[in-house]
Amino acid sequence: MTGYPVYLLTRLGQFALVVFIGINIAFIVTHATPIDPVEQSIAAATQYGSTSPEAIGLMRQSLKELYGLEGGLGEQYISFWRRVAVGNFGPSLSAFPTPVSVLIGRALPWTVSLLVVSTLLTWVLGNLLGGLAGYYRQSPALRFAGILAMAFHPIPYYIVAFMLLIVFGYLWPILPISGGYMMNMPRDWSSAFIGSLVIHSILPILSLALVGLGGWFMGMRSLVSNIVTEDYVVYAELGGVERRRILASYVMRNALVPQVTGLAMSIGAIFNGAIITEQVFGYPGVGTLLISAVYAGDYSLVLGITTVSIVAVSLAVLLIDLLYPLLDPRVRVR
Amino acid sequence: MWRTIRDLLRFNRQFAAGVVLLTLVAAYSCLSFFSPYPPNDSFVVPPDVPPSWAYPMGTTSRGQDLFWLLSFAIRNTLLFGIVVAVISRLLALVIGLVAGYSGGLVDRALMSVNDTFIVIPLFPILVLFYFVMREHMSWGLLALMMACLGWAYDARLIRSVAMSLRTREFTETGIFSGMSTRQILVEEHLPYVLPIVFSTTMNNINWSIGLEVTLSVLGFTDINTPTIGVLIYWANQHTALVAGIWWWIFFPVLLVVMTFVGLFLLAVSMNEHIDPRSRLGRTGT
Repeated sequence: MTGYPVYLLTRLGQFALVVFIGINIAFIVTHATPIDPVEQSIAAATQYGSTSPEAIGLMRQSLKELYGLEGGLGEQYISFWRRVAVGNFGPSLSAFPTPVSVLIGRALPWTVSLLVVSTLLTWVLGNLLGGLAGYYRQSPALRFAGILAMAFHPIPYYIVAFMLLIVFGYLWPILPISGGYMMNMPRDWSSAFIGSLVIHSILPILSLALVGLGGWFMGMRSLVSNIVTEDYVVYAELGGVERRRILASYVMRNALVPQVTGLAMSIGAIFNGAIITEQVFGYPGVGTLLISAVYAGDYSLVLGITTVSIVAVSLAVLLIDLLYPLLDPRVRVR
Repeated sequence: MWRTIRDLLRFNRQFAAGVVLLTLVAAYSCLSFFSPYPPNDSFVVPPDVPPSWAYPMGTTSRGQDLFWLLSFAIRNTLLFGIVVAVISRLLALVIGLVAGYSGGLVDRALMSVNDTFIVIPLFPILVLFYFVMREHMSWGLLALMMACLGWAYDARLIRSVAMSLRTREFTETGIFSGMSTRQILVEEHLPYVLPIVFSTTMNNINWSIGLEVTLSVLGFTDINTPTIGVLIYWANQHTALVAGIWWWIFFPVLLVVMTFVGLFLLAVSMNEHIDPRSRLGRTGT
């Protein structure tokens, strides 16, 4: 057995491993704490206003069941996995009795669409500009673009989003800085609603793109400037092949292969960035949900989102891995 | 080594700019040792005073002199980055060298775990960690946690170098002259790997400081130890922007951006120094 099936199996195995280790980390983190999460939640929930002792007793009982703290460590571990497997994290504590899965399901499309659009845009634009900059190395415009992309690259997502918020929220208020669409607008697929969706997504996408662009740009530029010195490129140039064709199908095509691997490796980091960007701009996705769940002391929601993110990010990586052989035919024959 | 640094300073503008930025930041952080106020005292100066000669960076709404407070914050932030980098470097070195040298099953097992740590979204896990620790969360605990999660990318890089070192003749010589695996790794292979480790250290410090700032801005750390993120957190808590106290936000952001850009420039220029092919590209030949 060689070629694609082997590749497929190893990738699937890696996916399973990522999910397995990720969920185990979540289990260890939640169980290695010196604090009793049940008492913690009760303290958080009863912080404001007085609650009768009977109600607290009832709460304690139901929380213990919910957290899977009944029985020994082994039993807890098994019940933890059972809940993950069926995707049932019980009701949310802050939005009782809405199930956690409903809340996550409502937020997930926002995050997924934000991530897909911004990541594709950033990746394509960064690679294109970087490829051009590596090939036409003397162009002053591309050099300037390089400096600009590199200046934003090392700054963390939060700071960039925050700076955009200040610029477009206080200094020059032309773009909406909060929410996913205009308030009180009927959620149908009318052109006004879609327009409002687009306008509200500009700043989150822009801040994700500003940070992400530099990495792809620099990676592609150095790959391309190495490839153009290869013999087959020189040969093509001497043979009179059009420069545009050389760039597109001789140079960029080969340079894209490691960039796709890079994309798969950085999905997790981009997801981290999306969480914080959503929070800054009040975008109604998983990130905003996660952070407000922490503030509300909603254990089941935090745990649910962490688990779902681990699975979702590994799925995205798996998807990229499965598309990879289309770009790199060597995987198919090996 | 000093010659290399001197040449880099003279001929590599990125390196020189990075060194200047970081020296400024480091010198400023050292000022904290001369601060007239302890970092956690509030209402020692009149609140909400804009930058002036008496208070070069203004004062906060909590009556703290921002100039001295910020010097504590940047010191803690830098220290955090360095602690995370040192611990995670040790992990990355051990795992990378062992995987690269052993090859076979050990290599495959270690790299599967390694790839897992690259892929897993760390932010939700760190948030979960804060959620279960709450007030027991401390600066050191967060550093330890992040070091345990942040070694993977560099371990892969180190492994790829170690793999090529294994096929070199001096490794064979070492084996035949009866050196133990540990001796070969530490005495023979480590020196070759160190330049790469230095360059990735800068990126790792950037990464950990970035995450620390993000977590503290949300209040997901020990908010009584001043760091850059904690400063911005308190500024947000007092709605500094709406109240027009822009200096409370501006100076921390400026300082942390200087740190990021400085570290990044160092990492990029060191990479160029290690990989001579890209140095050729810079001269335009």
